[in-house]
Amino acid sequence: MELVLSAGIGVLAASGIWLLFRPRTYQVIIGLSLLSYAVNLFIFGMGRLRVDAPPIIEKGGAGGLLTHADPLPQALVLTAIVIGFAMTALFLVVLLASRGFSGNDHVDGRE
Amino acid sequence: MAEPPAWTCHPRGTTIDIAALLLPVLVFAPLAGSIAAICLPSRQGTEAAWLSGLVAFLCLGISVYLYLHVSHRGVIAWQVAWIPQYGLNLKLRMDGFSWMFSGLISAIGLLVVVYARYYMSSSDPVPRFFSLFLAFMSAMLGLVLSGNLILMAIFWEMTSIVSFLLIGYWYQNGQARDGARMALTVTATGGLCLLVGLMLIGHIVGSYDLDAVLSSGDAIRNHPLYLLALILILAGALTKSAQFPFHFWLPHAMAAPTPVSAYLHSATLVKAGIFLLTRFWPVMAGTDAWFWLVGLAGLTTLLLGAYFAIFQHDLKGLLAYSTISHLGLITVLLSLGSPVAAVAAIFHTLNHATFKASLFMAAGIIDHETGTRDMRRLSGLFRYMPHTATLAMVASASMAGVPLLNGFLSKEMFFAEAIETHKVNLLDTVTPYVATLASLFSVTYSIRFIHSVFFGPPPRDLPKVPHEPVRWMRVPVEFLVLACLIVGIVPSLTIGPLLHTAVEAVLKDDTPSYSLAMWHGWNLPLFMSIAALIGGVILYALMKSYLANSVEGPPYIRRLEGQRIFERVLVALSWRWARLVEAKAGTRRLQPQLRILAAASLFAAAIPLLHRGFQPADIVLRGIDPAFAFVWLIGMACAVGAAWQAKFHRLAALVLLGGAGLITCITFVWLSAPDLAVTQLLVEIVTTVLILLGLRWLPKRIEGATKPEEMTFGVRLRRLRDLLVAVACGLGLSLISYTVMTRQMPGTISSYFLERAYFEGGGTNVVNVTLVDFRGFDTFGEIAVLCIVALTVFALLLRFRPASDSLEKPMQQQVQNDFDDRHPDRSKGDSISDYLFVPTVIMRWMFPAIGMLSAYLFFRGHDLPGGGFAAGIAMSIGFILQYMAGGTRWVEERLRIHPLRWMSIGLLVSTATGLGSWALGYPFLTSTSRYLHLPLVGDVPLASAILFDLGVFSLVLGATVLILIALAHQSVRAPRAHIRAPRPSGTEAS
Repeated sequence: MELVLSAGIGVLAASGIWLLFRPRTYQVIIGLSLLSYAVNLFIFGMGRLRVDAPPIIEKGGAGGLLTHADPLPQALVLTAIVIGFAMTALFLVVLLASRGFSGNDHVDGRE
Repeated sequence: MAEPPAWTCHPRGTTIDIAALLLPVLVFAPLAGSIAAICLPSRQGTEAAWLSGLVAFLCLGISVYLYLHVSHRGVIAWQVAWIPQYGLNLKLRMDGFSWMFSGLISAIGLLVVVYARYYMSSSDPVPRFFSLFLAFMSAMLGLVLSGNLILMAIFWEMTSIVSFLLIGYWYQNGQARDGARMALTVTATGGLCLLVGLMLIGHIVGSYDLDAVLSSGDAIRNHPLYLLALILILAGALTKSAQFPFHFWLPHAMAAPTPVSAYLHSATLVKAGIFLLTRFWPVMAGTDAWFWLVGLAGLTTLLLGAYFAIFQHDLKGLLAYSTISHLGLITVLLSLGSPVAAVAAIFHTLNHATFKASLFMAAGIIDHETGTRDMRRLSGLFRYMPHTATLAMVASASMAGVPLLNGFLSKEMFFAEAIETHKVNLLDTVTPYVATLASLFSVTYSIRFIHSVFFGPPPRDLPKVPHEPVRWMRVPVEFLVLACLIVGIVPSLTIGPLLHTAVEAVLKDDTPSYSLAMWHGWNLPLFMSIAALIGGVILYALMKSYLANSVEGPPYIRRLEGQRIFERVLVALSWRWARLVEAKAGTRRLQPQLRILAAASLFAAAIPLLHRGFQPADIVLRGIDPAFAFVWLIGMACAVGAAWQAKFHRLAALVLLGGAGLITCITFVWLSAPDLAVTQLLVEIVTTVLILLGLRWLPKRIEGATKPEEMTFGVRLRRLRDLLVAVACGLGLSLISYTVMTRQMPGTISSYFLERAYFEGGGTNVVNVTLVDFRGFDTFGEIAVLCIVALTVFALLLRFRPASDSLEKPMQQQVQNDFDDRHPDRSKGDSISDYLFVPTVIMRWMFPAIGMLSAYLFFRGHDLPGGGFAAGIAMSIGFILQYMAGGTRWVEERLRIHPLRWMSIGLLVSTATGLGSWALGYPFLTSTSRYLHLPLVGDVPLASAILFDLGVFSLVLGATVLILIALAHQSVRAPRAHIRAPRPSGTEAS
């Protein structure tokens, strides 16, 4: 489990970072999205991996880390997903505005 | 030692200490007046003057009243806790010394207000002047009354800033701007040093309280940090008091209106440095370091200032250099470390303020009534303004140190101290000679001031015909000159008790016996005075004709001007070097920046890991779920594929990106994170739609136009480097995550949430309870960010103009439209609606279903996976489908609520929920919960958090829809931009 996920995180991050260095804005936006998957999974993994133990407790009871997955990284990642969406949207629009302004899609606005 | 301060803020007895309560009034009344004055229309100068006059009068009244208390009790204090954790209290404290200063500030302030009322021209924005004037008064009173070091630094900064604004009052004048900037740069730099110095003192003493500091002199002087603290505090004091080598800003500050020069740059502001030195004299003086640093600065300033003053042609320039020199005199006195010298310093501070303020006012009158301040053009004014001339003569005689005037008394004390031996070294030996020489120069420039302006032949071609000023402009000068005379003749009857109160406050038990009498018999100081007087007269007689025709500035070293050096340094620092560094080390290109960022993060992560002996966990292949491994094999293939295809095959890359997102989503489901899975899935859909909408505006790949990129060696090398960095980062991330994930979980705060989610948050879905309850404030901030992003997107797209090569309709649409055109029974857009007929019906009918799903997600959120975020995004997908099915216009005709309203309602609801708990006396966003039984629906968890979640829902929905619509709208808007382009075009459906 851990091995597979960490390999996955690594590949996602490497692909994302490689794309960040590319000159086209579209490559950068895809790269950022890939990188944010990697980072979200990384943060999520910090709470350790659990199968069949969602952090949903019994009514009127209290949960514990022995029986439930760690809710804290999940809450953080939930926030991160939404913020990541906002970032992608903003970047996309900046990309389009820059494209309209400069006439090309290079990250620096000129070839 | 000091008497225990009277803590009047927490009175033990029943009486309220009015005296202590007056201290904040003294500081904040001018501030309130300042705010009131700036609100006046710019024509109402007289009203502003009356206001300032009344405020200054009030301050003077309070000061006079407080004298009774100060002379009786020693210290009065008032304080409220501000940030007590950091030892920062709003403490105002008045002892005899700060009383003397507050009396000086309010008395001269009142006189200057009267003077300025007649000096300022009605064409200037006079209320602004008085507003700044009062703000300065407040800052200065705050400075002298603060009983806390940090508070003192704050007021110190405030005086610098207001002084900057006052020097630059006539900002249309370039000299005023330059002078203001220079004054601010110098004094604010000093202020920064002072702040650090005061913090060091606070560190040494263990408290920022002034009383505590003043009673720990030995601890300060013997501390290893003493020298550093001393240098820093001196940097503050010497810059403020225009001491060598920081003296050069003061002459340039003369571009300010004359009342400002009279008030700030002779009587009060420049005395702030002296105030500080005197304040800390008991705890810092007496060491060799103090003696040398302060003494050298003071002695140089004393001599140079007096020498330079002789060669100024501008009346105010002469007075400015004279001020510098007199401040140097006070500094020398303070450097000596003997109590009698300190008495003389305090005394001269008072005397100098009286005669110099009156001289500035006289110079202002001359300027006002003749139109020039150039001494080479002025002459023989005595016959036109005998009254003013007499006043100026008395005041400058005091400046020169002529007997029967107050300047003489403190100068005699200075001479007496100069000939005493305090330390056996060179500086101490030369002091009496330098003192006499400087005094000689001061006689010369005083005579020059009087002789060249008031005597000689009548002036020719002056800008105005000179005459006496209005009566009230002269009254303040008369007051001050009278004070010079009375103090000079009967010092012990007039100033004696006041001075004694001030001296006692500073020196405490060390207060020496001193005599203020005018006549001390034939002694050495008197002979020094006589020598200086005679020498000064002779020197003036010799230099008279040279001065009448020379260029401004002292001979030979004219070019060695502080201003020049200052400008050079500024230009070098802020322009040449800055540009050099930017050119050498900076780049505006994004790629190198990102590369550096990634490489730096790589090293920043790697170095501590390697340094601390990072042990990667052993790789264990057992226990791998083959299905999970297969899923991730697909995921990795998607990621690499997206990276591979993003350049030329954007759609493919987007699909692959979606694939990677889906795998992430599956991972969340697999690993017990249902909330994340739901949110990820929904966000994935919206993101894909978003990027699809954007794809249309990106440039097409022109087949054949460009050759496949030349794979030169350089390109290969660069790609290899990028690949290496990327792989290294990925590898590092893998390694760290694997190592962490296979370790035992340390104790975290997570169990807190699991244990209390139900009992305190009233929900069983711990993630959701965490978001809307425990960490509600974070979520609140987050939705605010989302809101800002949506508005930014909206605003950016309002101004968006697509690139010209993207204006054409997409090829598919052109083909469809051509087909429609060729058939007479079809109209444009028919093909696409035929083609999408069935999907359109389905999409329309999906709306209620999606709405239901969204409501379901929302209501179960507190107990089961779901919640405001997920519900909001799900609902926005419903809206997007309508846009896709019916087109932008169709939906907007039917949409009742604008997305912007959804957003604002959401933000307001969340805020109101948070504030609601305030109303009930709980902290922001505290929630309560219970279950509500709804018919048909069943038990609904109804925490007040659900209201908050409703706000989140509404905002997320609004923001998402707004972003998507704004993008989709571009296609509708594009034809408008197209009108300007040569090719005409019809409307577009979606």
